[in-house]
Amino acid sequence: MSKKAKMIWNAGLIAALLATLFVLEQVLPSGSMLFTVLKKGAIYALVAVSMNLLNGFTGLFSLGQAGFMLLGAYAYAILTIPVESRGSVYQYFDGGIIQFTVPVPVALIAGGILAAVFAFLIGLPVLRLKSDYLAIATLGFAEIIRAVFQWDKLGPITNGSNLLRNFPSFKSVLYPFVVSGICIALIVLLINSTYGRAFKAIRDDEIAAEAMGINLAHHKRLAFVISSFFAGVSGALLAMYQTTIQASMFKSAMTYEILLIVVIGGIGSVTGSCISSFLFIACSEWWLRFLDNENLYIGGFHVPLLRPGFRKVVFALVIMVMVLFYRQGIMGTREFSVEGIRNFFQKRFGKQKAVEGGGSHE
Amino acid sequence: MSKEHVLKVENVTMQFGGVIAVDNMNLEVNKGEIVSLIGPNGAGKTTAFNVITGVYAPTNGAVYYKDKKIIQNCPQGKMKKLYRGENADEYTGQHVLAPTPDRITQLGIARTFQNIRLFKSQTVFENILIAKHMLRTSNVFTATFRLNAKEENQMREESEKLLKIMDLEDVRDELSTSLPYGKQRHLEIARALATKPELLLLDEPAAGMNPQETLELTQFIGRIRDEFGLTIFMIEHHMDLVMEISDRIYVLDFGKPIAEGVPEEIRNNPKVIEAYLGGAQDE
Repeated sequence: MSKKAKMIWNAGLIAALLATLFVLEQVLPSGSMLFTVLKKGAIYALVAVSMNLLNGFTGLFSLGQAGFMLLGAYAYAILTIPVESRGSVYQYFDGGIIQFTVPVPVALIAGGILAAVFAFLIGLPVLRLKSDYLAIATLGFAEIIRAVFQWDKLGPITNGSNLLRNFPSFKSVLYPFVVSGICIALIVLLINSTYGRAFKAIRDDEIAAEAMGINLAHHKRLAFVISSFFAGVSGALLAMYQTTIQASMFKSAMTYEILLIVVIGGIGSVTGSCISSFLFIACSEWWLRFLDNENLYIGGFHVPLLRPGFRKVVFALVIMVMVLFYRQGIMGTREFSVEGIRNFFQKRFGKQKAVEGGGSHE
Repeated sequence: MSKEHVLKVENVTMQFGGVIAVDNMNLEVNKGEIVSLIGPNGAGKTTAFNVITGVYAPTNGAVYYKDKKIIQNCPQGKMKKLYRGENADEYTGQHVLAPTPDRITQLGIARTFQNIRLFKSQTVFENILIAKHMLRTSNVFTATFRLNAKEENQMREESEKLLKIMDLEDVRDELSTSLPYGKQRHLEIARALATKPELLLLDEPAAGMNPQETLELTQFIGRIRDEFGLTIFMIEHHMDLVMEISDRIYVLDFGKPIAEGVPEEIRNNPKVIEAYLGGAQDE
């Protein structure tokens, strides 16, 4: 397939997706679980892809994602709470010290930039570490950030451990899709550029990459900063989605959720991360909800074992089965593409033809 | 001889704790030459390579590339007391130069590895393309937004050309690790050449090859030297290859250079024979 045809196909698919979402929004009631899943899924897709950029494509095992999301979320919230409602939000801190607001897109980018700046500073010492040690250090950083943001002395800026609220959020499901979509597209462009190739080289063999003139420190820092930037943006989106935020939300469990999405989707596959983030959110928020219902009857039969929290047991089992039987994740390192599907069907179709041909020969 | 030297190693000593791996090594590689470094196992050949390519900073000594000092060090810290080598005073108090391997490659010294190190998840073509990253002028923004299309196309064209020259065109889209051993060696050399080096360091290019493959490699090395105007410095164990192709040979034993000369001289040097076959003084 030519490059142009591919682009037309992809553009068509994206337009169709957005149109479907738009129609769904008109048709279905706005309280439908589907929209919760789609909104949260789009946001998690972005952070999963940003984590994949680091873990899957550069080979840096980092667990600081929740920390960077927190930075993005706080930066967004602090910069967009309307001045007139600051008094009630920062009620223990005399309305806080920041008395201005910026437009939403600027605040989104500011969230990313704040996360990126922190990533740069943390990266200076931490990126000298490798594998597990890097994971521990970044995890520790995320926890420290969370603690610092809850600190009373920073209250005039962060509102201490109290909720931040009243900042602008989105109603339409299209909003997170478009923002995440643009960010993921940027990451994909980066991965397919000469820098992306250098990242993959570092993942495959650091020593060889360095011998090929790739500056390890520089490229690792670059990947870390870029990944954190997009984690920050997704944190800001999450704030918009949840309409209130609090530092205690961004626990390390959140990072593990994202890591799980990346692993299930396939380490080193962008589309895998996207697909698995929707599946993950759908399972944890929607499809398995019925397991929490104690009084579930199927034709007069009272289903045993079901009780609040049982969904998590089943969910854990599903994940264990996934990891045991799909060790590479859903996509492995492959990517979902129009061409891939076409080839798949062509193979099927071609095979059938061959079989038919064989039949006529007899 | 008044040839211009490309690489000059001066009084280089590499000491790990109490062990001296390379002991006061001096050598020169002149432009257009193929120079071999040989020696029994554990003689310190690969360590010498690692010093030249910046993997290790030498304990003492200096390395010049095209008359420019690129590496220099003197015993530091604890090593001051431990140091048992020579010429420590000569470099003390001078500016320490310890560039990372990528800096060395950017100067024009490319290398291959003893145990092949290809980018495993990448195809043959991508392996070569990655090496071109070093020559980029784009930054991360221009690369992401595809403002460097011209450069990118040039990178791809040059890589294709290199594939053709190196006889790897037919396996262009195969995973690098799925190639047969000999081809992997070729690819590793091709990848090193993609960085447009002037000096190529080959660490045991014929390791694990059968005589037929070794013969092909011998011709291949001669061919790329002429075609790319290279200077080649290599470590090798296959004496057929070394004797046939080398302009000069250095022999290392227990970290110390014991002989130097054209192949004919080395072949008849009693010290070399003793190092390889073992001294008879015990009996």
